[in-house]
Amino acid sequence: MKFKVRGIDTFASTGGRPFDKNKPLIVFVHGSGLSHMVWVLQTRYFAFRGYSVLAVDLPGHGLSSGESLKTIEEMGNWVGDAIEAVGCKQASLVGHSQGCLVTMECVAQHSKKIKTLTLMGGASAIPMNPELLSLAEESNPKAVDLMMDFAHGPAGHFGGHPVPGLYHLNVGSMIVQNKEIKDTLGVDFRACDNYKNGPEIAKNLNLPTLSILGAQDRMCRLKDGKILADYIKGSEVHVIENCGHMMLLEEADQTLEILKKFILKNDPIK
Amino acid sequence: MDPKTYKFDTLSLHAGYQPSKNAGSRQIPIYQTTSYMFDDVDHAAALFNLERGGHIYSRMSNPTVQVLEERVCALEGGTAALATASGMSAIFLTIMTLCNAGDHMVVSSQLYGGTVNLFRLTLPKFGIKTTFVKPRDTEGFKKAIQPNTKGIFGELVGNPGNELMNMPEVSKIAKEAGIPLIIDSTYQTPYLCRPFEHGADLVVHSLTKWMSGNGSSMAGILVEGGTFDWMQNDKFPSMTEPYEGYHGLSFAEEFGPTAFTMMARAEGMRDMGPCLAPQNAWNILHGIETLSLRMEKHCSNALKMVDYLSNHESVAWVSHASAPGHPDKELAEKILPKGTGSMIAFGIKGGKEAGAAFINNVKLASHLANVGDARTLVIHPASATHSQMDEATLKFAGLSHDMIRLSVGLEDFEDIVNDFEDGFRAAKKPRLVANK
Repeated sequence: MKFKVRGIDTFASTGGRPFDKNKPLIVFVHGSGLSHMVWVLQTRYFAFRGYSVLAVDLPGHGLSSGESLKTIEEMGNWVGDAIEAVGCKQASLVGHSQGCLVTMECVAQHSKKIKTLTLMGGASAIPMNPELLSLAEESNPKAVDLMMDFAHGPAGHFGGHPVPGLYHLNVGSMIVQNKEIKDTLGVDFRACDNYKNGPEIAKNLNLPTLSILGAQDRMCRLKDGKILADYIKGSEVHVIENCGHMMLLEEADQTLEILKKFILKNDPIK
Repeated sequence: MDPKTYKFDTLSLHAGYQPSKNAGSRQIPIYQTTSYMFDDVDHAAALFNLERGGHIYSRMSNPTVQVLEERVCALEGGTAALATASGMSAIFLTIMTLCNAGDHMVVSSQLYGGTVNLFRLTLPKFGIKTTFVKPRDTEGFKKAIQPNTKGIFGELVGNPGNELMNMPEVSKIAKEAGIPLIIDSTYQTPYLCRPFEHGADLVVHSLTKWMSGNGSSMAGILVEGGTFDWMQNDKFPSMTEPYEGYHGLSFAEEFGPTAFTMMARAEGMRDMGPCLAPQNAWNILHGIETLSLRMEKHCSNALKMVDYLSNHESVAWVSHASAPGHPDKELAEKILPKGTGSMIAFGIKGGKEAGAAFINNVKLASHLANVGDARTLVIHPASATHSQMDEATLKFAGLSHDMIRLSVGLEDFEDIVNDFEDGFRAAKKPRLVANK
């Protein structure tokens, strides 16, 4: 669905169902350089089970217009505005990787709008490898190759996508490469590298929170994900074994099952 | 710092398969089953509605076939793949996913005879028309595009004449027109050429040929590059508009770089059903394990064969992109740096009768309607693979009556030569041979 946020054309997948602002809303926020397409194995399930979903494309990403936002703070604020733009008062948030920082920031800035928070492959800070950051800012495709290497666990490198016929290393790569790399991945990596509010925000979160972590995550390591979860009062933590950073693709079924239980418990359909 | 993602030879052995999810079985199991148990009603509904990944019924997908799909996809550098019962069904499924009645295709004229007949005779029954263009006529592809044209299709190295289509330039023409370029890359395999790196958007293969190499099993595949923007214009409404068959799903919006394959499976396999048998997928996977090794030997034997034939007194002409003076030699060196494949066309002095005598008298080379076997194969196209064409079509497709199509195998080169010498000797006395 296309709608406007701050006057800019914005795209969000509604999971294949017409958007209904009267249903409980779940907003999915993608990671660096990616788009709504990474969420297809989570969004459609909820969309056909009584929820409204928005897997947003951040400005300048996927099918959204505009330029990429340069800080995590701006992105967090933008997500809050997007919820308002579709006429909703509250939403559950689900973020992946950089999307975890964005959704935490959104909770900090728009606390009354957010009912639950799910963090997938998150950490309280995501400092970037300087070489990887430079490559991304130079639009060097090697940055995407390195990202795909780091983002997938050892098992994920062999493939085995849950959807028959899809090869997830190249799917992620093409989502990033279909845009100018420096304008999306480069800007996002820099925003992650600069962001320092994570620990403080995490300590002050006061809403149902779930962390889903990959045991072999090399982008946001398991120990860093656990440190973030420890900051958050009462956070649920689930570790998926034999899985890297892209749990939403590498272990899509397990990820959906964990998310489903959490959402149904904390943001049930009335 | 370099990425440590697996490279070609490793992918050809491992891509798409995790033993830990298959009882630790090192070899890929053959899932000889029609259907798959659902956990509960909710799970079944989610699978049918493309809400989660998994298998429902082997017409749509099968775990053994899935490994083959991912493996070829990984080798081609694609985002998604769909295996089919044969190469022809891969082409048919691709065109039926791309086009509606009233649409038009621009197609290279030098193709496998069955493909020519599909475009020339069968697709018009579905309201899909074709303009054929000679593969070297790059500007001709541009001129042939009409407002209702939905794609350009060709074999990179044309069958059987070995004329090359200038894929990078034709790709620019397709991009300007906002339509995809589809390449049948059977002759090359991803070892010799990865068409997505040269501007192709979709790739099809007959896996029956070099990918398998063992001549045991039929199979085809469609691979998607993930580069084509289906939403850039209004030419592809079935990809971009809500699809009634899946509750208003827009494949392009929802699946982006895998949209075409998702639609080809969800609609094409559901409704037409040219599914690949798991046993055949397993046989092809075995072949792919040694693809690099075989292609190296195929190409080295072919080079020696081109030299031998070019200097033979009984040979009128030789066509192989490596041959001195071949019009496409420079282009071939650019896009096929590892080798130009093992298909050779040559003209035998004495015309059709001499050709028949040659084929009837070789013993090691097999006379049959296939290419890309580990064994050397020969055929006379005008009387076999392309026999359903009339004289004008044969000429337009670049075929002549003296042409012999040779698929060079992996035998010892000297043994192939000795066999051919027997054939050439007999060809000098065609009447005697014909009457024996």
